[in-house]
Amino acid sequence: MSEASPAKAYALHLGVIALLFVLSFMLPDYYHGLLARIMVLAVFAMGYNMLFGYVGLFSLGHAMFFGAGLYGAGLAIIQLGWSVPLALLGGIACGAVLALAIGLLALRTTGVAFMIVTMMFAQVFYLLILYFAAWTGGDQGQVVPQPARVLNLGATSLDLTNPTVRYMSALVLFALVLLVTLAVVRSRYGRVLVAIRENEERTKMLGYDTFSNKLIAVVASGTICAASGAAYAVLFGYVGSSFASVQYSILPLLWVLLGGAATTLGPLIGTVFMYYVIDVTSGYTSAYLLIVGIALILLVLFFPKGILGSIRQRWLGWLP
Amino acid sequence: MADKNGFFDLSKTTLTRRTALKGLAAGAGLAVAPGFVRYSQAQSSAPIKIGFQSHRTGIGAAYGRWYEKTTAAAVKAINAAGGINGRQIEVIIEDDGTDPGRGAEVVGKFATQHKTDIVFGTLFSHVVIGSAPAAGENKMPYFVVSEGHHVASTKLNRYVFQPGITDVKSQIQSMAPWIAANAGKKVTQIFPDFAFGYDHRDYLPPALKAQGAEVIAQIAIPPTESSFTKYFPQIPPETEVIYHVMVGPAVLTFVKELGEFYGSNLPQLFGFMDSLEATDINSPGLEFLDGSHFWEGSPRYAQADDSAAQKAYRAAVGIDDNGAAVGDPKDVSTASHMFGCWETLYVVKKAMEDAGYKGPEDRAKLVEATEALTAFAEGPEHPQGPKTFNGKIHQCFGIQNISKVEGGKLKVVHKTKIEDGLYEPEGDYTTQAL
Repeated sequence: MSEASPAKAYALHLGVIALLFVLSFMLPDYYHGLLARIMVLAVFAMGYNMLFGYVGLFSLGHAMFFGAGLYGAGLAIIQLGWSVPLALLGGIACGAVLALAIGLLALRTTGVAFMIVTMMFAQVFYLLILYFAAWTGGDQGQVVPQPARVLNLGATSLDLTNPTVRYMSALVLFALVLLVTLAVVRSRYGRVLVAIRENEERTKMLGYDTFSNKLIAVVASGTICAASGAAYAVLFGYVGSSFASVQYSILPLLWVLLGGAATTLGPLIGTVFMYYVIDVTSGYTSAYLLIVGIALILLVLFFPKGILGSIRQRWLGWLP
Repeated sequence: MADKNGFFDLSKTTLTRRTALKGLAAGAGLAVAPGFVRYSQAQSSAPIKIGFQSHRTGIGAAYGRWYEKTTAAAVKAINAAGGINGRQIEVIIEDDGTDPGRGAEVVGKFATQHKTDIVFGTLFSHVVIGSAPAAGENKMPYFVVSEGHHVASTKLNRYVFQPGITDVKSQIQSMAPWIAANAGKKVTQIFPDFAFGYDHRDYLPPALKAQGAEVIAQIAIPPTESSFTKYFPQIPPETEVIYHVMVGPAVLTFVKELGEFYGSNLPQLFGFMDSLEATDINSPGLEFLDGSHFWEGSPRYAQADDSAAQKAYRAAVGIDDNGAAVGDPKDVSTASHMFGCWETLYVVKKAMEDAGYKGPEDRAKLVEATEALTAFAEGPEHPQGPKTFNGKIHQCFGIQNISKVEGGKLKVVHKTKIEDGLYEPEGDYTTQAL
């Protein structure tokens, strides 16, 4: 992989952000709304990619971090009457604390064991949501009341149920996380993470505390996923246990693999691809998952490193 | 003259960017005017578009398939009789995968891409709750056929209605007088440890208490459980009635193991047909249900005293006397719930006609017209039975059936009154802004 100049990499990412901004004025209403949702979920995928793509830690439990943000923010509004900014911060904090606790325990393992341990913790989280149904709404979930979904910034009041405000809010979150991710992976710390992924023993031998570095990555990853969950709660107004189920641990893995693991823009591309394939094919047949499956097989055959990963490998080696 | 008053004196005007844009807009408006006229004419005779949020895949697929059949039959009947306000109904179906996240997207798709007049037909509670915010934000009337208490709880929003099927709180409350008078006074409940079970856990004890009976034990069974024998010793020996609402594939094992545990000393059994919707009552393992009783929304089996409307409804939907698809006895229907699609569509027709509904700009009028409805008489439009409607909580109330398993069939032995299922409203949607 050749190295891109910082200006080139940042120009590409700023260009993508600008494109998403422009699309807000061009897309038909439905795709406008859908892209807002995709951007929020792409943040979830970017959080997952931070750990899976750059550190090589294969988690099957990231739904709990998304769920921590979702419930942290949603329940803060529904049960405690918090304002949106406080609820967002609360949701993100829930994810960060949970990620720290899970990281301290799960990082004692590696490989398949790490995957199983994270999946089990996520299952515990999911069952706790069902167990405390009186507060969480159990498997039915709860609605975040529409009047409460207002972001007050000084004298300005933003209605988060307005499609334009929602799109721009999702874009701000996406842009922020994308640029932070880019900065992290290009930083010295990002290179240490890649070194751990490639050869942890050698990295240790070079004097790096790999446990601490991995723990920081778990917390960063969990925090980003929680930010996505918290944003989902306030932007789309629903908190439900299905978002903490194992399906939502598998989905970010799928999005990242499709778009390209260890690429900064891959999570967005993978999420967009999956969403649009499902949306279009489900309009034609109830066997749309079969078509999705075939599409995935074709992708694995012709783009084994994901869409952007394969493009980087074959043509654009400088892609971050 | 024109020059005199300066009307055409260009020297006295300034062509600003705004003026030019206005001119362009006016020109564009004139250019498309013939098309606009065509559109106006077309709208008066264009079909009314109903977005059907269907559970085609996922856990609700069996229900979704029968909901689609019933909806198609109702639409065919309404269209054959002249449609709504003289306009035919067109149904557009989107699969929500029985998933609340996708459900919200589907409601958005109906509102912004298909531009349907209403959205209709959702069953599973978590999908309804997940989709309700999207309905409210898009100001899209959302007519669900869910039986959950979530609509009547007034925790959703003003655009969500359930006028075609009673809610579970009302159903449970209606059962209590019959159970106390006929089955026994000491009841043990066995229910799945999730929301559907919690409704029964929370609503049955007070309803039974009001009838002089009591729940003496409540046994919650985790949804992942596949064997139930270990739970049966928790059933108190003085139990007179076992009230069970297990759902899903495990129900066959549950009934079989319960029967084997008790042998010939089985207490009275009372269940909800939700457990066995789309399942043959004569499936192996269900023999122990013989002689037990079930709640049914609308009877699965044809009854000797079926009304002409009920017979016509069954024929239109295509179910035989055993409640299975005509020509395919193994394709058992979801009779206890799917009638709600038929009845809801007739409520929509009535409300649209009352509102003089012309198009999406009249959605607020449609909401108010629906809220103004108070009762639906039994007949071809409401074959399950008469109903009242509370516009403040957007929920209908109706009769319930209690059926006994006899000779491999379900025979209705009692019909409740509407009053048995009434309760104090928990809120008022009409105070919310449209």
